[in-house]
Amino acid sequence: MPNLRFTEKALSEWMLGTGSDSDIVISSRVRIARNLQHLPFPLLATRQQSEEVLNLLAKVPEEQDIKSLGTFYTIELDEIEPIDKKVLVEKHLISPSLANESQNGAVMISEDESISIMINEEDHLRIQCLYPGFQVREAWEKATSIDDLFEAEVDYAFDDKRGYLTSCPTNVGTGLRASVMMHLPALVMTQQINRILSAVSQVGLTVRGIYGEGSEAVGNLFQISNQITLGQSENEIIDNLHSVVLQIIEHEKNARTRLMNDSRLRITDRIKRSYGILSYAEVMDSKEAGQRLSDVRLGVDLGIVEGPSIPVMNELNVMTQPGFLQKKFGHDMNSEERDIYRARLIRETLAKA
Amino acid sequence: MLCQECGKRPATLHFTKIVNGEKNEFHICETCAREKGEMIPGTSGGFSIHSLLSGLLDFETAGKGTASSSVKAPQSLRCEECGMTYSQFSKIGRFGCSSCYKYFGDRLDPLFKRVHGNTVHVGKVPKRSGGRIQLKRKIDDLKLELQQCIQQEEFEEAAQLRDQIRTLEKEMAGQ
Repeated sequence: MPNLRFTEKALSEWMLGTGSDSDIVISSRVRIARNLQHLPFPLLATRQQSEEVLNLLAKVPEEQDIKSLGTFYTIELDEIEPIDKKVLVEKHLISPSLANESQNGAVMISEDESISIMINEEDHLRIQCLYPGFQVREAWEKATSIDDLFEAEVDYAFDDKRGYLTSCPTNVGTGLRASVMMHLPALVMTQQINRILSAVSQVGLTVRGIYGEGSEAVGNLFQISNQITLGQSENEIIDNLHSVVLQIIEHEKNARTRLMNDSRLRITDRIKRSYGILSYAEVMDSKEAGQRLSDVRLGVDLGIVEGPSIPVMNELNVMTQPGFLQKKFGHDMNSEERDIYRARLIRETLAKA
Repeated sequence: MLCQECGKRPATLHFTKIVNGEKNEFHICETCAREKGEMIPGTSGGFSIHSLLSGLLDFETAGKGTASSSVKAPQSLRCEECGMTYSQFSKIGRFGCSSCYKYFGDRLDPLFKRVHGNTVHVGKVPKRSGGRIQLKRKIDDLKLELQQCIQQEEFEEAAQLRDQIRTLEKEMAGQ
């Protein structure tokens, strides 16, 4: 029986924590990609070869002291329902491609859901650590220590010149993708965001929506990550991201202060209206929910809205996603139905907060 | 204006593609754009990184005068381990196995240069399979330190460093 503990609740345990600068940085994530020697990448692997990869990697936690990092649960993607896959994606525990395209795909998830180890994604192994707030260094340290445990048991595909060899040329070298999810409503409101985002891309970083490649920025959430993986050391990559994020935090703080000084009434009105709408609306599409939740989160940060805590806001962001809504209410829904259930869930959650 | 692909729906996406100085205008509807995988960045659905990469690689193979006569024509290049050809790779933008890196060799440098601005890894090295590289890096670091000591006329320390380097070099030769 596959373990479904991870899809029952919206809130991962790690989301209860906050971490530093959690008024602006929602979470910090590090992912490292690794492949085994002498086996084709998942793209070309036969069923038998991908099974071999799964067997080799899945036994590592037993051989090594990964238990010191907590209990891990293994889920084989073939054994769970599509709806549960969707929820795992919405909670960022697996990637969309592991959910939809993998052969013998599996994931090992730690009890608090801060670590997930994907097998047979685009690469044989992807180790992901997800922490609340601005903790990108801590996430990297955890990920590299897990990498060491795997490396003690299996031979990685590694080359003197190119480093860790990956399926996609954009990951070769360190295989490291570090990203920070930021909530930047004041920079959006003051129309400074485009200038800042284009500056970010000049220094080897990239900005995306919250569900990765190709997704739109919803609710003023932006994911900033490194683009370069070859020719920079891991520490350089992390330090670079760290210092850029610090600067963006500073800009966002200044913009918030300025907004509060110059247009306190207008901002307060906007935030309270959003809070009112979320508290009483009967129908709510995902785009509006994203925007209104962003306003209320800003209101919580600025002390304008009392009641809902930051973990409650995090929970609402996940709960209002299509997969989770359908899971929670136990049946398939078309988008109009989802809008009704979404509104209901938000109303009930805010009433309790 | 109607979509130039299906000729039925109105064209909602208009864009210009310039390949090797040749300018092409496209007017297509969203459905056809999605089917062709030619989505515009920033719209949902995505313009995938792989299509972007394959654009870079096509440019590479189409570029004239970049291939020196000693290098085989990229179209005939093939990874002997997994069978992926260079032209397949340039279409899908992904490698078939780790040996592709070896068989496609230095021809990948322009691609890495474009994507990363670099071609050589300087980061973490696995302890077991990368033992040699770690040793080499350590020797390089010590040599640098040795230079500095000599410049600052700290000969006693320099002698120590020299001995250390010799020991490590022996270790490396023995591996």
